Amino acid sequence: MKKITFTSVLSQLLLLFFVVAWIVPTFGLFISSLRDKDVLAISGWWTSFTTTEINEIYRTEGKDAQIKDGNYYFIKSNLFDGGQEKEIFRFGVTSKNIDEYEVGETALFKDQTEITVFENGDYVWKSKEEFKKKKGKRIFVSAKSPPSFTLDNYKEVLLKEGLGQAFLNTLAVALPATLIPLIICSYFAYALTWMKFYGRDILLATIIASLVVPLQMCLIPVLTIYNDFGALFGVSAKSFPGIWMAHTGFGLASTTFLLWNFLKTLPSEMIEAARVDGATHYDTFIKIVVPLSIPSFASIFILQFLWVWNDLLVGLVFLDKHPSEIILTAKLKELLGSRGENWEILTTGAFVSMTVPLFIFFSLQRYFIRGLVAGSIKG
Amino acid sequence: MSSINIKSLNKYYGKTHVIKDFSLDIKDQSFTTLVGPSGCGKSTLLRMIAGLEEINSGTISIDDREVNDLSPKDRNIAMVFQSYALYPHMTVFDNMAFGLKLEKRSKEEINERVLEAAKTLQIQDYLERKPKQLSGGQRQRVAIGRAITRKPQVFLFDEPLSNLDAALRVQMRIELAKLHEQLNTTMVYVTHDQTEAMTLSNEIVVLDQGEISQQGDPIELYNKPSNLFVAGFIGSPKMNFIPAQYKSSSSESTEVEALGTNLVLPKKTTSQSDEKVTFGIRPEDIHITAESDHDWESKAFVVEKLGSNTFIYLEHDNEPVVVEAPGDSPVKVGDTIKVKFDLDRSNLFNSQNTNIIG
Repeated sequence: MKKITFTSVLSQLLLLFFVVAWIVPTFGLFISSLRDKDVLAISGWWTSFTTTEINEIYRTEGKDAQIKDGNYYFIKSNLFDGGQEKEIFRFGVTSKNIDEYEVGETALFKDQTEITVFENGDYVWKSKEEFKKKKGKRIFVSAKSPPSFTLDNYKEVLLKEGLGQAFLNTLAVALPATLIPLIICSYFAYALTWMKFYGRDILLATIIASLVVPLQMCLIPVLTIYNDFGALFGVSAKSFPGIWMAHTGFGLASTTFLLWNFLKTLPSEMIEAARVDGATHYDTFIKIVVPLSIPSFASIFILQFLWVWNDLLVGLVFLDKHPSEIILTAKLKELLGSRGENWEILTTGAFVSMTVPLFIFFSLQRYFIRGLVAGSIKG
Repeated sequence: MSSINIKSLNKYYGKTHVIKDFSLDIKDQSFTTLVGPSGCGKSTLLRMIAGLEEINSGTISIDDREVNDLSPKDRNIAMVFQSYALYPHMTVFDNMAFGLKLEKRSKEEINERVLEAAKTLQIQDYLERKPKQLSGGQRQRVAIGRAITRKPQVFLFDEPLSNLDAALRVQMRIELAKLHEQLNTTMVYVTHDQTEAMTLSNEIVVLDQGEISQQGDPIELYNKPSNLFVAGFIGSPKMNFIPAQYKSSSSESTEVEALGTNLVLPKKTTSQSDEKVTFGIRPEDIHITAESDHDWESKAFVVEKLGSNTFIYLEHDNEPVVVEAPGDSPVKVGDTIKVKFDLDRSNLFNSQNTNIIG
């Protein structure tokens, strides 16, 4: 049994707080993305699990639908036009008193016509004289709406809004932009850790120093160089290889630093043993260091991948906005900008963009945790 | 043939002079131990022989071939490290075959050599296991096995037993001695444990601050230490050092005053100008006596009973004087003990420069 102390309780509570603070919005986003777009606009996601009471306004049909039966004229129809699973429990005929009548009761309009509304939306409107107006009357209903979810938003977003293509574009950016720096930096970190060469410490200090240089500062200079360089070969500066290089460059310092941190925890006697066994630096790297560094590679892969996946700025600067190049975050921003009211597209799009990072994280999380604590315990 | 010749070797770490103009000849097929306290430069020296540490000046030759600029793999050596330094992601077999695979040997040859080494070290049953599934002793065997498979001319051991528990250390010590017998190669062994040095080697080199303090076969070092450092380092418990006054000497004897009495050593001393000397005598050369012709008497303040023998700690000027007695000695703490020194086996050292004078 572990001892329960104030700090342990406090840390557990803090942990709980952070878990809740992260999970709740994510969950809400997920639920919202599955709701009907009309409901989404008027009520919060937390109301979607229970039967909710909603007040709505419908209009009856006009004179075209009337039929004569005996001395009376009738209009018989359904307020919902069928299809909806709402249950009306009260209704009204004036905006002053919207829930005046119990369902099944008969209400009286000012013009002395009578209407009866039933639970399922059916109504019977009865009049002694012929209906003359083309437009029907407004009926105010209080209805109970059961929970309902739909995949329509996903269909819409993935197929119609071009988010599917943006998703693929982001994947085409993120995978190489994660793997290239990982490969380069693993060699680099090995050299910094286990090879003796002139200026090694200065190089290391430079890398650590460059960690503090803000990315935003370099964006435009780098793009200018790209443009000049691209013009030299007659290719567009804004292209996938361009953004791969940009992300590689921006990730180089942190990736090298993290890997160097891990590699120096490997026992030096083991590296020396490999040297005595006749291994060259390349042999040592490929056969000893890489297999032992898989956990840290995985954790750095996650970090870099998440960074690239969620990046908007670099993507906007180094890629064009036309559909074959636009990345997911830029596309989402576009959807938000042009249609601020279309929440269902935003929530669904956001959730689609989250799936890959979530998948990556959960499939590699055991390495992630091992990588974070690497070297802190004796293996 | 695989002798090692070291000539005026120097090594600096920054401004610290770790190895000072060091020269040593290690004979072919010898088991040479470099022994000394931590920081004396013994491991650095071994790593320089292995090629893991750069040489500032001087030469190292293996088999009459200068190896200063050769990489470790071209020196025909194998090294066993203190922490075993096994490759944790490989099986025992792959660990032992790693060097051979890099040499691009044929599969059959690798198999044959690994199995042979495994048989020698009795680890055939563990070949498919990973190092973390092995005990400390088994891991060290694998590390030795990795060295054997490459059939080097020279084996270098860097404190290979110091991570093992006491019982295992004794067992591995015997196996190392057996291995040297079987393989007939030159072995250089670094340790700070004088027992390992005494039991394993046929040549001990005692190092002190980057220089050779004394070199010779174990018994010679034990009986004729050339200075206080070696005298104190070799032997356990260590030799008793008692401050003494030099009186006179002739061609057959030397008279000194120590512990308030005059002692006549039946040996000639080299020239002595100073009056202050150190009288050194090992615990087993002090005998408890009931006779009245004893040399000294004192109270026992600690009695260590080991079963096979008993160590009795007497006191002189707040410095302990250790006496070895038989295991069944009836001495108790607080008893007054009369002792007689076996002066023939005692030594005199110059208190100033610590060298032996008789």
